[in-house]
Amino acid sequence: MARLVVLGGGVSGHTAATFAAEWLGSAHEVVVVTPNAKWNWIPSNIWVGVGQMTKEEVTFDLAPVYAKAGIKYHQAKALGIHPEGNETSDKPYVVIESTEAGKAGQIENIEYDYLINATGPKLNFAATPGLGDANGLGEFTVSVCTADHAVHANEELHKCIEKMKKGERQKFLIGTGHGMCTCQGAAFEYIFNIEHELNKAGVRDMADIKWISNESFLGDFGVGGLHMKAMGFAVSSKIFAESLFAERDVDWIIGAHVNKVEKGKVHYELLDGSMGEEEFDFSMLIPPFAGVGLKAINKAGEDITATIFAPNGFMKVDANYAAGAYENWKASDWPSTYQNPTYGNMFACGIAFAPPHPISKPMSSPNGTPINPTPPRTGMPSGIMGKAVAHSVCDRILIGPDAPLHEASMAHMGAACVASAGKGLFTGTAAAMTIYPVVPDFEKYPGTGRDTEYTFGEIGLAGHWIKHILHHLFIWKAKLKPGWTLIPE
Amino acid sequence: MSKYGEKNIRAYGNNFTTMTPGPVAKFLRTNLIFQAIRFIIINIKMLVVVSKSH
Repeated sequence: MARLVVLGGGVSGHTAATFAAEWLGSAHEVVVVTPNAKWNWIPSNIWVGVGQMTKEEVTFDLAPVYAKAGIKYHQAKALGIHPEGNETSDKPYVVIESTEAGKAGQIENIEYDYLINATGPKLNFAATPGLGDANGLGEFTVSVCTADHAVHANEELHKCIEKMKKGERQKFLIGTGHGMCTCQGAAFEYIFNIEHELNKAGVRDMADIKWISNESFLGDFGVGGLHMKAMGFAVSSKIFAESLFAERDVDWIIGAHVNKVEKGKVHYELLDGSMGEEEFDFSMLIPPFAGVGLKAINKAGEDITATIFAPNGFMKVDANYAAGAYENWKASDWPSTYQNPTYGNMFACGIAFAPPHPISKPMSSPNGTPINPTPPRTGMPSGIMGKAVAHSVCDRILIGPDAPLHEASMAHMGAACVASAGKGLFTGTAAAMTIYPVVPDFEKYPGTGRDTEYTFGEIGLAGHWIKHILHHLFIWKAKLKPGWTLIPE
Repeated sequence: MSKYGEKNIRAYGNNFTTMTPGPVAKFLRTNLIFQAIRFIIINIKMLVVVSKSH
């Protein structure tokens, strides 16, 4: 019997674990280690953050789902990986610390034959003074990164709405809380959902809404923007994004590294090196992401973390980490099998793998401060790579250790993305987009880097319907209800 | 005729060089018949990209 251990139970880890359990059957063991008791459909946190969904609607308990799938579940966080075992055994293992009520803090070693690292990110609030600390979100801003954060954000939002109803003008500042953030899309959705809700509450004219982000242009979204076919033109996402901001009367600050947050005020540095301040009554700023801080130890007890992980804490895989300057970047720099180059039985997928470099062109201020989005590895690509990695591991267990690995390069896959701009069965809108490929390939698609036959976008009610259907579809899939394997990632 | 988006343009401000939707574009965004058709078309387009990505 072989044992696969999956670290993380988010989109990528859950996909990998559930498909592996399905394909391996009861002859082999799948173990999931995740510190969370609940699974969260994160894209719908936006709607929790404006009071249009409850926490219960976007989460469910993991334990019964894993019990049904025959997956052994540890509610715990991984502390370290020992890929060579220790002085008494050659069997590799991970060290975990329980987060389960009644067992919190208990340490346990779990041996593995194959390991999939899909831990997702650490929300690095501590990177920006005032945004938060090592323990999480601070007191000055809100977040929609977790369901609990979104519940808190909604409470604060409604305090502002009550003030506006009493005639007190409010300033909203939404965006990214550091120069190296990703997930601009979540902030984009949140700012327009807030605008939509303020309209519904009849207080839009009492609100000043402003965007602040590390993108060098609106519509970058961490993928260097995209060109979409519209009206016979290949139109930049910059035009579409600016159009929506203008239409909804939302001003913006871009190319900004938020370097300090105080009560009611952010301090920022722009790409031109100038410094600025912006006041707010309500602010949701996405934190930068980092690896979760896993340690790696070899058989001799030596720390080999720097061998296994990149400096940002994400696990190295089959990517080209020596690409150098932007001019040298190629689509082939991006990993395809997600296998760790040092230990062939370790893989990393989703946000947990170390990308070779950003997708957006790297930029910095004259002061040397890097200000550019880091690459997104969430949503559909995250699920696809989780499934591919699970397939590789299952083949190696069932066929043999030399079975070929499955590939899922972000440079060869597309993504469908639906960004909500307001919820409502007949009044809602969302930007429905596809992008192909996610990582631009300027050799294959000169100019835009992408195939404009398969890269498109439009905003409307249909997009909202799709986002709402996807909410129910993916929760159905994640709960392993009938037909779940037929629903694509 | 509604000038829904145009009224927010500020001369030589951030949003001076972008486009804004006219009343027809705005109407079609939430028109049930038009959006039902777009729903089908968008789903087909997304399924094509999904199938190319697996």
